[in-house]
Amino acid sequence: MNNLLQTGQRLGRTWGPLLGIAIVAIALLVVAPAVLSPFRLNNLGKYVCWAIAGVGIGLAWGRGGMLVMGQGVFFGLGGYAMAMHLKLEAAMATGGPDAIPDFMVLYGDGTMPGWWEPFRSGPFTLFAILVLPAIAATILGFAIFKRRVKGAYFAILTQALAVAFATLLVATIKQTGGFNGLNQFTQFFGYNLYDPVNKRMIYSIAAVLLIVCLVVVWQLYRSRFGELLVATRDAEERVRFLGHDPANIKLVAFVVAAVMASIGGAMFAPITGIISPSDVDATASIFLIAGVALGGRSLLLGPAIGALAVGFGRTFLSESFPDQWTYFLGLLFIVVILFFPSGLGSSWSQLTSRLRTKEVAR
Amino acid sequence: MDAFTTPLLAGTATGALLLIAALGLALTFGQMGVINMAHGEFLMAGAYTTFLTQQVVTNTDLSILVALPAAFVVAGSLGLLLEVSIISWMYRRPLDTLLVTVGVSLLLQQLAKDIFGAQGDPVQTPGWLDGNIDVFGYHWPYRQMFTILLAIAALVGLGLLLKYTAYGRQIRATVQNRDLAETMGVSTRTVDRVTFFVGSGLAGVGGVAVSLISGTNPNLGTTYIISAFLVVVAGGLGQLKGTVIAAFAVGIVTAFFTDWFNSSMAQVFTFALVVIFLQLRPQGLFTVRTRGLA
Amino acid sequence: MTEGLSHVFESRPRLVTGTVLAFTAALSLSACGGTKSGESSAVESCVDTSGDTVKLGFLNSTSGAMAISEQTVRDSLVMAIDEINADGGILGKKVEPVAEDGASDPAIFAEKIEKLLTGDCVAAVFGGWTSASRKAMLPVVEANKGLLFYPVQYEGLEASENIYYTGATTNQQIIPAMDFLKSEGVKTLFLAGSDYVFPRTANKIIKQYAEELGIEIVGEEYVPLDDDDWTTQVAKIAAAKPDFVFNTINGSSNVGFVKAYYEQGLGPDNSPIISVSIAEEEAPAMGKDITGQYAAWNYFQSVESPTNDTFIEAFQAKYGDDRPTSDPMEAAYTSLYLYKALVEKAGSFDVDEINASADGVTFDAPEGTVTIDGENHHIAKTALIGKINSDNQFDVVWSSDSPVEPDPFLEGYSWWDPSKN
Repeated sequence: MNNLLQTGQRLGRTWGPLLGIAIVAIALLVVAPAVLSPFRLNNLGKYVCWAIAGVGIGLAWGRGGMLVMGQGVFFGLGGYAMAMHLKLEAAMATGGPDAIPDFMVLYGDGTMPGWWEPFRSGPFTLFAILVLPAIAATILGFAIFKRRVKGAYFAILTQALAVAFATLLVATIKQTGGFNGLNQFTQFFGYNLYDPVNKRMIYSIAAVLLIVCLVVVWQLYRSRFGELLVATRDAEERVRFLGHDPANIKLVAFVVAAVMASIGGAMFAPITGIISPSDVDATASIFLIAGVALGGRSLLLGPAIGALAVGFGRTFLSESFPDQWTYFLGLLFIVVILFFPSGLGSSWSQLTSRLRTKEVAR
Repeated sequence: MDAFTTPLLAGTATGALLLIAALGLALTFGQMGVINMAHGEFLMAGAYTTFLTQQVVTNTDLSILVALPAAFVVAGSLGLLLEVSIISWMYRRPLDTLLVTVGVSLLLQQLAKDIFGAQGDPVQTPGWLDGNIDVFGYHWPYRQMFTILLAIAALVGLGLLLKYTAYGRQIRATVQNRDLAETMGVSTRTVDRVTFFVGSGLAGVGGVAVSLISGTNPNLGTTYIISAFLVVVAGGLGQLKGTVIAAFAVGIVTAFFTDWFNSSMAQVFTFALVVIFLQLRPQGLFTVRTRGLA
Repeated sequence: MTEGLSHVFESRPRLVTGTVLAFTAALSLSACGGTKSGESSAVESCVDTSGDTVKLGFLNSTSGAMAISEQTVRDSLVMAIDEINADGGILGKKVEPVAEDGASDPAIFAEKIEKLLTGDCVAAVFGGWTSASRKAMLPVVEANKGLLFYPVQYEGLEASENIYYTGATTNQQIIPAMDFLKSEGVKTLFLAGSDYVFPRTANKIIKQYAEELGIEIVGEEYVPLDDDDWTTQVAKIAAAKPDFVFNTINGSSNVGFVKAYYEQGLGPDNSPIISVSIAEEEAPAMGKDITGQYAAWNYFQSVESPTNDTFIEAFQAKYGDDRPTSDPMEAAYTSLYLYKALVEKAGSFDVDEINASADGVTFDAPEGTVTIDGENHHIAKTALIGKINSDNQFDVVWSSDSPVEPDPFLEGYSWWDPSKN
């Protein structure tokens, strides 16, 4: 009997999360396209982008204990990389292979900075979306973790980074479009961006990417690395005494989180049709954190579902109570952190696991 | 010559403002491990107090002097309220205090918008602060000197409080060893509240100085909070002299970058410098784990 | 397509991972076909005008940093709707407004205008303030073949079939302001602006025209939108001692600028300021008496016309005697009446029919008679320079006398070279 229960639990531990991912996949890829209007589906696509970034935050913060308050930076790296390509695609569709984005003619001197040039290529752009944030996160993470900057210092530094990044974007009008950001895309790798069929395809790509990220994180959590990461979060010194370098463990989680944020940003640009500093600044970064905190940062599905919920709440509340939206967001932080410090999802699973096995979960 | 004096003097004034804002943060962070992201909104509260004071005390020459203690009390009370209602439930969870106060900060900004309107309110500069003296080609505004004097006064006042009063000794005891202080009969809860009141009140005083720069507006706090935190991080915990040096260094360096490039790039470069500095000294300028604050 | 992309993104799939991936890829593939560019399927408008009412969308920021300004636009839009409904509506149909908050965020503007056009099926949308919000809405309104009325002076260099611009473009505000400065005998000019698109573009035009006019630019300073401390930059103005300061600063940053300016001993008698974003609303909020400074607009509350008297009276009756009226408010109010005139001339709410008969549609606005240019969808407006008096009202000291034809791309100005910076 006892054996059976243990086997069941083991099976549940392996297949339970997969079942959860499968349910999310069916909800996003089968149910949502069938029941939502094109406009609402596109909105959902936007929340999915935030959720992709949220999955990474769950890894870094929930499992790794690093409160990343500046994920907007990596969201922005991916978003701007993709947007630069879409902008060039739009220009080249009308002006030939040497055409440059309209805003450089309007606001600049009609020349394009050299570092834009490779983004004419689609494959390079996809490569850059993955590699740019990885490089940036490695340099930054190496600098921060090797010097054992952690906890609140880390959180404040990452937030300051988001402020600096947004300021830099606003100040470089001729190179990045400044405060206006990049917009007026027409096509996505050859597909017309305003055709409803294509919009659904782009939504599906985003949803699939979210599922992929969930599977990747699930694999990481099951691996030895996942255990080391949690151990580092809970007792960094002990991990060090066991012969591992906590800096490297944290660095990996930080880099993976950065790449995921970048993927989210890369899909955000074609789905919303715009990326601007206000989508990547400190406020936007805090907004990303909100969903993860709500859903349960150390769970597998918590961050993603929380991000979807906060995204939906933002649209719903701002449509119903346009002026009160900020109050809800503020209260969300206070209530969740005060009463459900590890998120609604965790409180729920703690409750059920306590009922089932009388064994208190972490 | 003015290419040198302008950034130096203007930067010193900015540094003074950062210092007033950072003192409270350093106190509460150092003593209680609380990261208060709503600290910027206490600056805002100070600025609005100045505006309200000018509605009551219509003599502008006088109203600023009335506004200083008023802003201290208003912002301090807000801080006390925050401590009692929320923060006291989450000591020793610094990251959680950070997130919860992010929520508080959003609430306070929206509240200010609903009470005072999204449009900022004007604050009149008193006659005796309206003017400048020529220092090697820089017309140094009296207002900037006033800000520097305020910072010095805040620093000296805080030093005296910590060194010579009973509360000050209790604060230092709590910082050094909370448990031991408690066994010796110090009510660390009360001490924490006093610290929070004083730290937030100082931000209110800073708000008076900010209102002289740009009047009031609901987003005023967000402009200063990140820089103030960078000052605390760079200065290191446990010693106020680190905060003092870091505040003026950040202020002056930013002013020179502003002069050479522009304000936007200055923010970016200053941030980069702080990160590089932390490479050299990860614990900030000074850190003494179990010594007093003063 | 989907398969190809996800293949690039995925790392090293193990067995389970691979299964899940194949599963999701198959799911998503079944959900999408994909149409290549060029074979785009036409978007059908869902606007229904068969009933007694017609829906119009209001999209302004009522939260966030821009709420300060955009709320005033919302107020005058609401007032114009009330007036039009009391007067029998448009083509006999009552107007039903659908209001949304743009939250000062361009991405939200893009989302909400799509909701208004495809969800609420409004016949036209009124709103937007920042260039960023307009640029974000532009592709959406074009793709959905909708209509947007944009009520704010802006940096020009834009024209869309689906947007009507009822604020000034640069040749109706910036360039006349330079003509005024020339007529005042100005020799040296200092440029101060917020660090974003409008000031940068405006100053690019100003610098080229200044060269043409023989005015020397003695300095150029920018400060980020959310930064209010202008002390260091104003010190440079004090050192340069220009004949005039051209101010393109936006929003609350103006307060910090004006305070620092007077603090440094500057004033209307040595280096006066000419502003393009300080209007009746902002003037009293500076915390300084700015009597004697200048502003360039197309409307001032002090403009004398019968329509303006009724406009001011109606506005203050609705919102309070202490509320001033200003240029963007007037442009928003005018935009609704222009829409009414456009629809009535076309005899239809259909966008194509409206556009076909748009040229020459006029409205006797508070600022004077305005006329739509059917080519670029801007309106001909009279340029005015006002001098602030002690009541925070503007005395008109210079006027272009007749409405200036809109020229958003400055094609009629030989000195303009967009590639020169």
